[in-house]
Amino acid sequence: MIAIVDYGVGNLFSLKSSLGVIGAEVEVTGDAEVLRNSEKIILPGVGAFEDAIEKLRKTGLDKVILEEAANGKPLLGICLGMQMLFEKSYEYGEHLGLGLIEGSVKSITPVVGDALKVPHIGWNGLIFSKEKSVLYRYVEEDECVYFVHSFAAMDCDSAVTATTEYGAMLTASVEKGNVYGTQFHPEKSGEVGLKILRAFCEL
Amino acid sequence: MITKRIIPCLDVRDGRVVKGVHFQGLADVSSPVSLGKFYSDNGADELVFYDITASVEGRGLFTDILRQVASQIFIPLTVGGGINAIEDFDRVLKCGGDKVSVNSGAIKNPNLVLEAAKKYGDQCVVLSVDMKRVDGKFMVFAKGGRENTGMEGLSWIKRCEKMGAGEIVVNSIDTDGVKKGFDLEMLEAVCDIASVPVIASGGAGCVEDFVDLFHALPKVDAGLAASIFHFGEVTIPNLKRTLAENNIIVRR
Repeated sequence: MIAIVDYGVGNLFSLKSSLGVIGAEVEVTGDAEVLRNSEKIILPGVGAFEDAIEKLRKTGLDKVILEEAANGKPLLGICLGMQMLFEKSYEYGEHLGLGLIEGSVKSITPVVGDALKVPHIGWNGLIFSKEKSVLYRYVEEDECVYFVHSFAAMDCDSAVTATTEYGAMLTASVEKGNVYGTQFHPEKSGEVGLKILRAFCEL
Repeated sequence: MITKRIIPCLDVRDGRVVKGVHFQGLADVSSPVSLGKFYSDNGADELVFYDITASVEGRGLFTDILRQVASQIFIPLTVGGGINAIEDFDRVLKCGGDKVSVNSGAIKNPNLVLEAAKKYGDQCVVLSVDMKRVDGKFMVFAKGGRENTGMEGLSWIKRCEKMGAGEIVVNSIDTDGVKKGFDLEMLEAVCDIASVPVIASGGAGCVEDFVDLFHALPKVDAGLAASIFHFGEVTIPNLKRTLAENNIIVRR
């Protein structure tokens, strides 16, 4: 069973449905025991970093996620859920993340240049790092996925599995051991997104 | 590189797509679910579902339909029509909508944009504006284009952007339904002042109109249309092929 962490942030309807259509058994849960008994964990998230990480800490599920990740359970952070995997975020202040992956989350405004709009909204191509991530086993380079974000993970080169070009090379996905993260929304990225979720389910 | 988005818009009344649709191989052409899936399978980058129901029963049907669409179609879904209060945002987001398009509701109560952006984030709030030229100015019209609000369009857009509108749909009443191309002059004026994505709507009659749009105005992020897709005058695969041949980057 795949557990989607419900900590009162974001719209989990599509994520749950998308895992359903690829045949995965899914539970949306805020229950620590269910997370412990799951085979894999997905940490979603939209909105502001500070608000989300505070809500997650209030539920106490941050500790459960850290324990389960340390036990080797596959963990996938999506969008803000991916950003929370990092040590720090500089979104409106400075906030500590879960610290599972080295690096920090910063505004993309200084790096994308004046000609481009922030947030980065829309479909953009994936450029893989040298070693192709297992999450991309069914996906080809340059295939497009759907992004909506104003902040991105930086200073995390060794963990980056794909980037996307938007005025600069922005981190599209990361991986460290059993911990995975996508800045884009696989549950909103059509067939390509479903293939990425399928690869995660098959881990 | 970010791709230009192509967005079909489906008007729904009492749970059914209103405009007649001519497609071969599509059994139920007025089912929002099968039509939405058809577009998604054919390369639509996003779908807009516009609820034109007036009754309470119709609202209920619409949210049922939305739930069905969102459980089968995995591209971004924007929902509009009848969005007048923060409760309406709640209602459609819970059923699987990703973004909410607000038009008259924002004119009646501009704070709705602010309130919704704070609660759900800017990315969730799409401002839809119906504009028309009056004495050389772009004026905002309400009630489906029948009533001049007396507000000047560009300052209205800027004001909503400051309150947290994350995208702007510009619908030109002057070109809507004419099928002679998008309103490039109006769109350029909006692109000059907007710092969030701009979606062009109203006036597309053929594939070349989209080519002209993205060539003339590289700052426009997306093109939205309804009947030309529904009637098969323009098919999305053909449109995207032609855009790509004209060096406009699209998702294939």
